[in-house]
Amino acid sequence: MEDMYHMDRAMTGTQDIKISARDVNVYYGEKHAIKNVSVEIADKTVTAFIGPSGCGKSTFLRCINRMNDTIDIARVTGNILIDGEDITDPRVDPVQLRAKVGMVFQKPNPFPKSIYDNVAYGPKIHGMSRNKTDLDEIVERALRRGAIWEEVKDRLHEPGTGLSGGQQQRLCIARAVATEPEVLLMDEPCSALDPIATAQVEELIDELRQNYSVVIVTHSMQQAARVSQKTAFFHLGDMVEYGETDKIFTNPEDPRTESYISGRIG
Amino acid sequence: MTDLNTTGAAPGPRKKTSLMVQDARTKKRNAAEKRFRLYGVLAIGIAVLALVTLLASVLINGSSAFRQTFITMDIYLDPAKLDKKGTGAIEDIAKVSTFGYAPLIQQAFETVFEKDNIGVEGMTPKTAAELISPEGSAQLRRYVLANPEEIGDTVSFDFLAGGRIDGYFKGRVTMASAELDSNVTPEQLQLADQLKDAGVLRTKFNWDFLTNADASENRPEAAGLGVAIIGSLYMMMVVLVLALPIGVAASIYLEEFAPKNRWTDIIEVNIANLAAVPSIVFGILGLAIFINFAGLPKSAPIVGGLVLTLMTLPTIIIATRASLKSVPPSIRSAALGIGASKMQTVFHHVLPLALPGILTGTILGLAQALGETAPLLLIGMVAFVRDFPGAPPEGLFDPAAALPVQVYNWTQRADPAFVERAQGAIITLLVFLLIMNTVAIILRRRFERRW
Repeated sequence: MEDMYHMDRAMTGTQDIKISARDVNVYYGEKHAIKNVSVEIADKTVTAFIGPSGCGKSTFLRCINRMNDTIDIARVTGNILIDGEDITDPRVDPVQLRAKVGMVFQKPNPFPKSIYDNVAYGPKIHGMSRNKTDLDEIVERALRRGAIWEEVKDRLHEPGTGLSGGQQQRLCIARAVATEPEVLLMDEPCSALDPIATAQVEELIDELRQNYSVVIVTHSMQQAARVSQKTAFFHLGDMVEYGETDKIFTNPEDPRTESYISGRIG
Repeated sequence: MTDLNTTGAAPGPRKKTSLMVQDARTKKRNAAEKRFRLYGVLAIGIAVLALVTLLASVLINGSSAFRQTFITMDIYLDPAKLDKKGTGAIEDIAKVSTFGYAPLIQQAFETVFEKDNIGVEGMTPKTAAELISPEGSAQLRRYVLANPEEIGDTVSFDFLAGGRIDGYFKGRVTMASAELDSNVTPEQLQLADQLKDAGVLRTKFNWDFLTNADASENRPEAAGLGVAIIGSLYMMMVVLVLALPIGVAASIYLEEFAPKNRWTDIIEVNIANLAAVPSIVFGILGLAIFINFAGLPKSAPIVGGLVLTLMTLPTIIIATRASLKSVPPSIRSAALGIGASKMQTVFHHVLPLALPGILTGTILGLAQALGETAPLLLIGMVAFVRDFPGAPPEGLFDPAAALPVQVYNWTQRADPAFVERAQGAIITLLVFLLIMNTVAIILRRRFERRW
């Protein structure tokens, strides 16, 4: 399985830059959580952020859809460009941005509603469907992309919270892709899942790469190695190293990266 | 209590002991647990005992308020007495006062005496008529004014028995106490016994207790809770209409939108303080602002409702904020993450999940307001009100009473029959509270969802 990914990765060479962050700093009150991070994330690629707990990888991820805005004490400086547009510009409405940049969270968090309503909610509030048939189609497409359609097609009106953990997470992925985002952010999407569910979600992430730019934060280096083409290593708020996943894992340049990967820190 | 104070003891090697024998320390801990459990059972026992005693005393003393003694007689509505001019005009009939009805009642007693062959020495129909409440002739007059076409007919009519006669059948008045009582004679009681045997006098369920207005000092048998129930109902309406939206809006703003700074901290502390303000202070406030400054009428449910709204708001705000807080933040992230606005997040996801808690808090707040007496005394709800308030919204400005104030009122009166009435009113109040709490529980069960 791993070999296949490696081959894939070799084929996907140069791509367009989707997200470009320049000198991003994040402060939580007094705490300087992200220090001068600049990174360019390619389109139709899986980019993994790895690093020890508290290193700021999730914080940086949450900058990309401005989820940090919802935290009162958080302050973000620097620029993040998506398709050349600066999303930190005050003219940008984070609500509009988040329709374009979907997010999947650490713990599966389906709404306590039916499976159908979970997926249909995003398209509904963004006015993506004209009628019920449209909406049905959107929901089916999203659930298929979330690789969960076959399992739930007969019980679309049962509560989403009744599914197993892995199914819930795939439902959340389906919910995120239902709004047709261009970027998909995943904050440790498998940390609450068992190995089998993790494998299913990882497989799904690889498929999603066809359509989206996927950024995934993970604690598991094996996972980063399995699913990503590019990897960024964060340590104490700094982005220490960023490059091809293969290179990071086999031949890291920075001694800190090497010691993390070999298990000496973290 | 908990044995954590082992610091200082040098960590030496553990002594080898058998698991089959409890060591001293374990014994001590087990004994402590046993003692604590005993205290708990004892505490619950005392609480249950207090509750049972309270309920039993109220039920035993108050349930008789729902039964009332009536004297049923055929009465001839004599046109010569009621419609002297023979015109049948309602104005002329209205000129006959309640005194004009007394002869009719005496006549009816005479008929009863002859027909059933009863009588007590020294009792004439005139003195027998005193068995009937002073309210009796007023009832009859109201009936005749409502049905003037029945003048000249003989109708069967339920007269309220006097308070002392009623008390005799409820055990409040005895032959011995009647000797000393200027309001009733033993002969009247004997006659009442005979009337009971003849089936003329009966004790039956008394709907009038729930529908009648209050009555004056000397006719407790006619006093009812009607005006008080309507007054309380109107006040609850005002409280619900004002306190629920204001309270929920304030909590949503504070919990979900307001920036967390010194101002919101101050507001938060003050809301908590407001919940602890003695209710009579709200009464003074209501008197000063709503009556003296805004010029609203005294004794009106609108003023009572406003004062109780002020009192209930902190309760509702605290309950609502607690239930908003208990909605997991992951739900908010989920909604925000797919591009819902803050407002959509709150109204589509957070509020529905917080609803059971909000409803429960609101109903409990209402129940608290329903039982509140002190602030109402200050805004004139303690007045004696005979007339039913009109239909809302105008009726909100008419004078009315309130259930707990009615209880207070009746306990102030001299006639012991009012004690029974007051207990009956307490039962009614408790039933209303019980219903509200049941509704709260049902709503909670119904809307509660798992996540």
